[in-house]
Amino acid sequence: MANRQIWLLVAGLLLSSMIYLLWGLSGNISFILELRSKKLLTLIAVGGAIGVATILFQTISANRILTPAIMGFDALYILLQTLFVFILGGMSIALLPNSVVFMGTSGMMVICATILYQFLLKKDGQDLHVLILVGVIFGLFFRSITSFMQRLIDPSEFAMIQSSMFASFSSVDGFSLIISCILILTCLAVIFKHSRLLDVLALGREMAVSLGVSYIAHQRYFLIIISLLVCISTALVGPITFLGLLVSAITYHLAPKFKHAQLVSISFLLGALFLVLGQTAFERVLRLQSTLSIVIEFIGGTLFLYLVIRGRLK
Amino acid sequence: MSFGTKEFFAILSLVVLGLVSVSLGTAELSFEVLYLSRIPRTLSCILAGASLAVSGLIIQILVRNKFVEPGTTGATESAMLGVLIATLFAPSASIFIKMVFAVICSLIGTFGFLSLARTLPNDQPLLIPLVGLIYAGIIGAGVTFIAYQGDLLQYLGVWMSGEFSGILSGRYEILWFAAIAALIAYMSANQLTVIGLGESTTVNLGLNYRHVMLIGIATVATVSGIVVVTIGILPFVGLVVPNVVSRIFGDNLKQTLPIVAFLGGVLVLTSDIIGRIVRFPYEVPAGTIFGIVGAAVFLYLLLRKPAHG
Repeated sequence: MANRQIWLLVAGLLLSSMIYLLWGLSGNISFILELRSKKLLTLIAVGGAIGVATILFQTISANRILTPAIMGFDALYILLQTLFVFILGGMSIALLPNSVVFMGTSGMMVICATILYQFLLKKDGQDLHVLILVGVIFGLFFRSITSFMQRLIDPSEFAMIQSSMFASFSSVDGFSLIISCILILTCLAVIFKHSRLLDVLALGREMAVSLGVSYIAHQRYFLIIISLLVCISTALVGPITFLGLLVSAITYHLAPKFKHAQLVSISFLLGALFLVLGQTAFERVLRLQSTLSIVIEFIGGTLFLYLVIRGRLK
Repeated sequence: MSFGTKEFFAILSLVVLGLVSVSLGTAELSFEVLYLSRIPRTLSCILAGASLAVSGLIIQILVRNKFVEPGTTGATESAMLGVLIATLFAPSASIFIKMVFAVICSLIGTFGFLSLARTLPNDQPLLIPLVGLIYAGIIGAGVTFIAYQGDLLQYLGVWMSGEFSGILSGRYEILWFAAIAALIAYMSANQLTVIGLGESTTVNLGLNYRHVMLIGIATVATVSGIVVVTIGILPFVGLVVPNVVSRIFGDNLKQTLPIVAFLGGVLVLTSDIIGRIVRFPYEVPAGTIFGIVGAAVFLYLLLRKPAHG
């Protein structure tokens, strides 16, 4: 049965991608197609990465509310990026290729995020209440330090890095996009290879340990993958807070069985579908100049509130 | 309240900080500089900090949850919406008119949150701060959206970082209204304590629940609106200060409200002073400094010992 949902989503994604690519095609067709397909790929990569990262994070933290974005992962990434510029200076950043900056920041991110969040998740007897609050505060903390450092950076240097710090869907360079896609595919391959392991981890710490799975080690392992996915999506387009929550809430609803092979596929497809549909509606139908992420915050937040109030959410 | 050593040191620290704040800056000290800029700035730090901390405590009582503050219950964001609407439709309106808009919108926003919080199940306290954050996020997204369409994003950025560098004589006086609102809250401290025990207890004890609730909401909305209009967003003040005070001094409002107000004022003033020193003669917004220090303190408090059942 599960396959039916997945195939429907695949069909939906293909259809919306076609609409996105071909709607109102006129003029210099090859140029427009190239531009649009680059944007389309970005949307799919980012949406998919956020969706999968959220499902993984909820599995290893044993709940359905926390998402990497709520726990401050994105904010940490932007903080580290600013730190990178702060230490090296804008001049050297401008000379370095984008990919080096991305890899440097991602490397730091994977190390910092894994240590920090494993520490948080490991605290035994920690209730969700405290965890959620700590996550939110961490996010605010990181953002404050970021804006503090941005004040200390020389204005001309800041202008130089600003474009790379607040990227949007329309200004992604091809090389970073290819690297990102390769990374995401690698992550997905690893996840699918270990999807049964995730099923066991989802049973909870005690159950997993008694079944012979080293809980802590695997938690760390998946935290590394989550950090990588967040790095990619944040580096490409900047933070989108509520997309993950939106995707995961619907994923659990759609997936007939709690199997991670299914959950991960559905969340990837849903995340991508949301972004592609949203961007299509935004650019073509509404012709708004505002950015899509603002609208996702709005719609995602509203839907989440609705789910909470209707008591659908655990 | 008896006047002991603690009170003496409290007032002494405030005076010392005030003197530091007044004498800090590039301009030659003169009567005009003092009167027009330095003293208003120092006063506005204290007033904003104190009233924000008090309104944070009040919203925590109204919602009966320690993890909320005006910024995470939609009060601040709605106030921003109000200023934005006033700016869009009446660009030349005075600061007072903008304040009125901000307060009205903040009132509506806070009411909205409270009625939302009422529908949540009682056995899941973690939902309240979460729903509050999302609720505030939705309003915030709406504000950003309108600002984006109306080319007011840069203007919005000014309020996003709470800073005191623009404070001059004539531009801060409405902050006294915020202080008055906080004072009214202090006078109804006992009623507010009762309301913290829940609706049925309140009614049982012979209090008009809605009436007291209204005083609380009005205070929070007034303070949020005024502070957003004059200074901008000062995150964490309403969250950190009441929590720290309650950990040390307990929850007797009549006793702790003055301490909360005092600590709020002192901490915001200190943040402003640090922000002015760190990169002299340039400035870092007080809100940024407070965000870092406040978040660090709060994280320490949260992680030092596990929460009680």
